[in-house]
Amino acid sequence: MRPLVFALFALFLSSSCKDNEPSGLADIELDEQYSGGKNATTFDLGQNAFGGQANGLTADQEGFFVTGNSFFRTNWVTAPASVQSLDGLGPIFNAFSCGSCHFKDGRAKPPGTPDEALNGLLFRLSIPGTDAYGGPLADPVYGGQLQDKSILNVENEARVRVSYQEIAGNYTDGSVFSLRQPIYEFVDLKYGPFPSGSMFSPRIAPQMPGLGLLEIIPEADILAFADENDSDQNGISGKANQVWDAELQQLVLGRFGWKANQPNLTQQTAGAFNGDIGITSNLFPQDHLSLTQQQQYRNIPNGGEPEISDDILRKVVRYTQTLAVPARREFDDATVLRGKFLFQQINCSGCHRPSMSTGSIGDIAALYNQKIWPYTDLLLHDMGPELADGRPDFLASGTEWRTAPLWGIGLIQTVNRHSFLLHDGRARNMEEAILWHGGEAEKSRDAFKKLNVSDRTALLKFVESL
Amino acid sequence: MKNKNSTLLLLLLVSTCFITCRDDSDSDAESLKKEALEQYANLVLANYDDSYNSTITLQQTIDAFLANPTDAGFQVCKTTWLDARNPYGQTEAFRFSSGPIDDADGPEGLINAWPMDENSIDYVQGQPNAGLINNPVAQPVISKQVLVGLNEILSETSIFTGWHAIEFLLWGQDLSTTGPGERPYTDYVVGAGGTAANQVRRGQYLQVVTELLLEHIAQVRDEWKPNGVYRNEFLNDKTSGEAMGLIFFGLKEFTKTELSGERMFVAIDVQDQEHEHSCFSDNTLNDLKMNLIGIKNVYFGIYTKVDGSSVSGRSFSEIVEKIDRTKADAVRTAFADAEAKTNAIPAPFDQSILNDTASISIGIDALKVLGNRLEAAGKAIGAEF
Repeated sequence: MRPLVFALFALFLSSSCKDNEPSGLADIELDEQYSGGKNATTFDLGQNAFGGQANGLTADQEGFFVTGNSFFRTNWVTAPASVQSLDGLGPIFNAFSCGSCHFKDGRAKPPGTPDEALNGLLFRLSIPGTDAYGGPLADPVYGGQLQDKSILNVENEARVRVSYQEIAGNYTDGSVFSLRQPIYEFVDLKYGPFPSGSMFSPRIAPQMPGLGLLEIIPEADILAFADENDSDQNGISGKANQVWDAELQQLVLGRFGWKANQPNLTQQTAGAFNGDIGITSNLFPQDHLSLTQQQQYRNIPNGGEPEISDDILRKVVRYTQTLAVPARREFDDATVLRGKFLFQQINCSGCHRPSMSTGSIGDIAALYNQKIWPYTDLLLHDMGPELADGRPDFLASGTEWRTAPLWGIGLIQTVNRHSFLLHDGRARNMEEAILWHGGEAEKSRDAFKKLNVSDRTALLKFVESL
Repeated sequence: MKNKNSTLLLLLLVSTCFITCRDDSDSDAESLKKEALEQYANLVLANYDDSYNSTITLQQTIDAFLANPTDAGFQVCKTTWLDARNPYGQTEAFRFSSGPIDDADGPEGLINAWPMDENSIDYVQGQPNAGLINNPVAQPVISKQVLVGLNEILSETSIFTGWHAIEFLLWGQDLSTTGPGERPYTDYVVGAGGTAANQVRRGQYLQVVTELLLEHIAQVRDEWKPNGVYRNEFLNDKTSGEAMGLIFFGLKEFTKTELSGERMFVAIDVQDQEHEHSCFSDNTLNDLKMNLIGIKNVYFGIYTKVDGSSVSGRSFSEIVEKIDRTKADAVRTAFADAEAKTNAIPAPFDQSILNDTASISIGIDALKVLGNRLEAAGKAIGAEF
């Protein structure tokens, strides 16, 4: 809208600012408010901001969205139940439905006190070594994931008590902040103690918009951005994960999950149904149980073989693929443009890559060849010892995490009524999330700490506008 | 000269009149909206009152049945459950409006959760010992505190309480291809002639969930009473545009996403016979009709009570007719069409899911049109959403 007016406005602002301080403003880029591209951006910016449907879908795809949405948010129940399409929960599980963690297709928050139950935070488990495909070696008793809930007459695996320790810090200008370091205590381990050398990784359920777009970024484009050995010596490497594709039975590029350990949305979704809800599929036909648990619960009825049909699974996957991204708010605001300038200047954009384009891959034509603004490179980066989980996941080391997409981040408060960020929800807001960045992001974080308060505010306002 | 002056004077007069007249009509329109919002609050309260009172009747018949379990008494319980579903079904039109039923701490998930985790409650086919009722070791006492407590640990939406829990305890699993569930009344008979185990605990469970249902309905109703927390906020703290926005967003969302999408399209798309809300009693089609009546109530500002009297007053429909006759006519036509098309779906719904998807599809299309037209009508009168 009215680019000339904006140009004049920006000119006016930049010239008037010059009188006060030598501050720069970033340009407004063409169509940058369409975060998910022209077809997959929603302007419904209320509580359903993460649940909008992409435009341009076929009638069939619109139907998939409705049914997929239903199976995403409806609770699964113990088998056998009258509603056969929704039975087969557990026997052990983390959640009753996808939507119970991704409420309103949004982001979960961690427990605030030790007695609060987990609701959207789960723990991956492994022991030293790798499995046959180079992935984490699952705990022999508890498997690759701790399930804290169970159906009636079955023992859950454990409870996790989460507490926090405050760590004080200060900005260069002397103002102070406090970060909270999570502390996890595993109690009531029903199937015996963890073996020595056991590793765990906390993972919070992230928001869902735009996943279908990230799935069809051409692989070459992601790899072109990788710089594993930091040959340009800017302190930022960027490594592509290589993970096992259970359908193709080969190693492929990892795109999804906090450590980019999932190759595509079908495997991500089927894996979550299996590990999180206890629902089997043709891709993962066994419940997530150890040999001992399988023996112990062999008489527990299942909800069919598999419990989720290929047809319904496909519709849930289509749903996740066609969730639109909320449009930018205040993208033309002067403070936001100042923040955008700083975001580039202190090189947040070195990993949070602003823009890329989708290819023409898959069968959802509406998502083809869209210029999108996800603010991620989908690559792994060393984030320093403070954020490290110490648990390797395929090529991701114990200190590496995938750059989290930032689109939609400013609407988590609107959709989910909280502002907790990072893989375990330790950051209480955006500012704390930035201050936790270490490793390859240390330079950028230190530069942020050196900014004066109005520039820090501008940078935060820019990220809020995403 | 004289002529010119009088023309000017006339112009001045006309324009003054025009300005003041427009002011008058603006403030008229605003007061009409205020009246219609007041009437909405009145009919919401009357509807929840009816829902509460009919649930009291259900509770009384359940208590009487449990004191002296007979087949006739059991049938009365089922009838009063079906009767009580009618006013409740109409209240569903108040959902998705950020009101007390389903705002952040609203009890909707405890009142009307679906699907039921039936074998967390009682026996099911092939599992005579399933459910909390049949597990006196793990849960020695069945009480409100126990059910509410279990719920808090597990989930925001209940698998232990609500309409469909009571329905399951009255009808049992629907294993029939043609009729509803066939739980025998003897499941509540202690001693000779009794069927299934733990009859006393089953009776306790039935009483406890009915009591919880009453409490949760009362919680919502009380917020709509004169000087109730939400009623005050709704009528006094919001502009008419905001308040109408909540109502019309809710109508659109309920009609399109929930009724035509979630409750009808998904059922025929998945082709699961029991993917229906009242699957134990086969009351789903009647639920849908009540939902549609509820939507009409809100738009036309009239609620017909269970006793036959009606609560009427200023309506949104009148305002739409004043402002945009074409849109008003379009909504009327869409209501008539949606009613005709949903009435044409053969009962029971679970058979139509499998054998008559065409008539359900026609109903879905009619409801989508209705939802779109309600949205347009709401926006035409200044509903902000």
